[in-house]
Amino acid sequence: MLAVQDLTKQFGGFVAVNRVSFAVEEGEILGLIGPNGSGKSTVFNVVAGTLPLTAGSVRFEGKEIGGLPPDQVCHRGIARTFQIPRPFKRLSLLENVAVSAFYGQNRDISRSRAWEQAEEALALVKLPTEATATVDALGAAGLKKLELARALATQPKLVLADESLGGLDEAEMEQAADMLQDIRRQKGITIIWVEHIMGVLMRVVDRVIVLDHGEKIAEGLPRAVAEDPRVIEVYLGRQGTAAAAAADAARPS
Amino acid sequence: MTGRRLQYAGLAVLVALPFVGVPEYYMHILVLILIWGFVYTAWAIMGRFGLVSLGHGAFLGIGAYTVALAWNLLGLTPWLGIPLGVGLAVLVAVVIGYPCFRFRVVGHYFALVTLALGEVVRLTIVALRDHTGGSLGLTPNRYGEGTSLYALQFADKEVFYVIALLLWLAGIWIWRRVDASMARFAMDALSEDEDAAASVGVHVTAQKLRITMLSAALTALGGGVYAQYLLYVNPGTVSGIGVSLQIVFAAIAGGMFTALGPTVGAMITIVLAETLRIAIGTEVIGLDTTIYGVMLILFIIFLPKGVLGGLIELYERRTAGGAGAMAGKREVGGGA
Repeated sequence: MLAVQDLTKQFGGFVAVNRVSFAVEEGEILGLIGPNGSGKSTVFNVVAGTLPLTAGSVRFEGKEIGGLPPDQVCHRGIARTFQIPRPFKRLSLLENVAVSAFYGQNRDISRSRAWEQAEEALALVKLPTEATATVDALGAAGLKKLELARALATQPKLVLADESLGGLDEAEMEQAADMLQDIRRQKGITIIWVEHIMGVLMRVVDRVIVLDHGEKIAEGLPRAVAEDPRVIEVYLGRQGTAAAAAADAARPS
Repeated sequence: MTGRRLQYAGLAVLVALPFVGVPEYYMHILVLILIWGFVYTAWAIMGRFGLVSLGHGAFLGIGAYTVALAWNLLGLTPWLGIPLGVGLAVLVAVVIGYPCFRFRVVGHYFALVTLALGEVVRLTIVALRDHTGGSLGLTPNRYGEGTSLYALQFADKEVFYVIALLLWLAGIWIWRRVDASMARFAMDALSEDEDAAASVGVHVTAQKLRITMLSAALTALGGGVYAQYLLYVNPGTVSGIGVSLQIVFAAIAGGMFTALGPTVGAMITIVLAETLRIAIGTEVIGLDTTIYGVMLILFIIFLPKGVLGGLIELYERRTAGGAGAMAGKREVGGGA
C-alpha cells in the first residue's frame, strides 16, 4: 500500500533520516519506534507532506506522493495526527472534525454529509457529538482522541498516528491502543503508529520498524524485534525497562 | 424570532427614511455611514480571520480613482468604470496576496506588506498628478444637469441614500453567506494553525487568497460608489495610511466578528468625527485621529470584540445565566 524507498531528509548539514526503506501492507498496523531523536517523526512528517523530502521516493497505492503538499497527501487518503494535539480552539468539537470531513476527502461532499461524518468520527473515538461540546472541556486523553477523530473524518485509507500515547496514564494508554485496533477492525484502515514507548504498542502492532540515528536498525514481528540485540542495545541504558516490558508484552501468555 | 422581527423593523425604518424628509445634512451622514459601513464590513470579512490588512486604502483608492479617471479620460460610464476598478483591485490583491500566502508571510509581516501597499497606491496617485490631479484630488466631470443614471450622478441625496442602502445590504448579505459557509470554519481553523488545517485537506493558500480577493473587490466597489457620491476623490481620503488605519480602527471598534459590528464602527467614527468638527472646528488638526489612536488601544485591551461584539456577549451571558456556561466547561471525553 505504502512503499518508502531510500527516504532521506537533511536539515542543512544534519542528516535526520538516512536512506530508510519500508513498506506497509493494507490492513496492517505497523509500529515505528525508536528513541528520541531517532528520526521517526521526521519520516512521518515527510510522508504526510508536512516536510519536503531531500531524496528517495514515497509511493502510495502505486503513485508517487513524495513532495506533495499536506492537503494533497490528505486527499490521496493519508491522514495524520499530531504528537502535541493541535485543536482549533475557535471551533467547537464538532466543527473541528467537520472541517476535516468537508475538506479532507478527494471528492466534494455535501455539507450535511460532512456533519454526519464528523459525528461518526467523534462517536468512533467516543467523544461527545453534541454541537455544544467545546474543545476547552477536553483533557489530555480527549485531545488525543480529537486528533484521531479529525484524521478519521477525512475517510482515510492510511492513518499516521504520532505518539498517541504521550502524556497518558496507564489505563488511558491501554484504551488508546484498543481504540486503534478497533478502528482497524471496523474500518479496515491501515495504521502506522509512531511511538517511543514500546510497551503497549508491542501488544497491538503486527510488525515493527526500529529507527536509531536516522537509520533503520531492525524490522520484523514485535517479539523478534524486542529480542533483537541491536534494539536492546539502543534501548538499554536509556530505556532498558521499556525494552524488558516490551519483551514481556510480546510474549504470548 | 424577536431578532428576526427586529431586523425587519430596522430595515423598514431604513427604507422609509428618505421619504419622511430627513434634513439634508443628516441624510449625508447616513449615506456616509452606509458606504463606510460597507467598506469596514469588507475589511472585516478577512480581518476576522487574522488577515489583518493595514492597507485596504489601496483597494479603496483603486476603486475610487479608476471610476473617476475612466470617466474623465475615457468617457467610460461608472457602470463599467466601477467593475473595472473592482477587477483591478482583485488583480492587485492576487499579485500581493499570492506570494504572501504561498510563502507564509503571516501576522505582523503580512500587516507590514499591506501597510506598504496602501502607501504605494497613494504615492502612485500623487505621482501621476498630470492625470489624477495629485494631492489636490480629482473631480469627476459633471454630466448634463447633474442627474443621470448613465453617469451615476444624482443631485438628490435621497437617490444616493437608496444606492448606499442597497450596497450596504449586499455587504451584510455577503458577510452572512461567508459566515454560514464551510469556508468560515476552514478559515477559522487555518487562522489558528496553518499546518494542522493543511493536514486535514484545507488548501491554505487558496482559502486565504479567495477571502482576500473578495474583501478587495468589495472595498473597491465601496471606493467607486464613494467617488460617485462625493464627486471628488483625494489620495489622502481614499488611500494611504490614514484611511487604511481608520478602516481597521472602525471595524475593531464596532466588532469585527459580528455582521453589524463594522457598521456600528462606522457610526461611532463618523459621528465622532462630525461632533469634533462642529465642536472645535478645524483648529486642532488631527485631534480625531489622536482620539482614534487612544480609543483603539483601549478597545484592544478592554473590548477586543468591539462595541457590538461586547454587547452581544453581555446579553448572551445575561440570558444564558450561570448554568449553561458551567455545563460547557465540564470535563468531557477524558476517560470513557
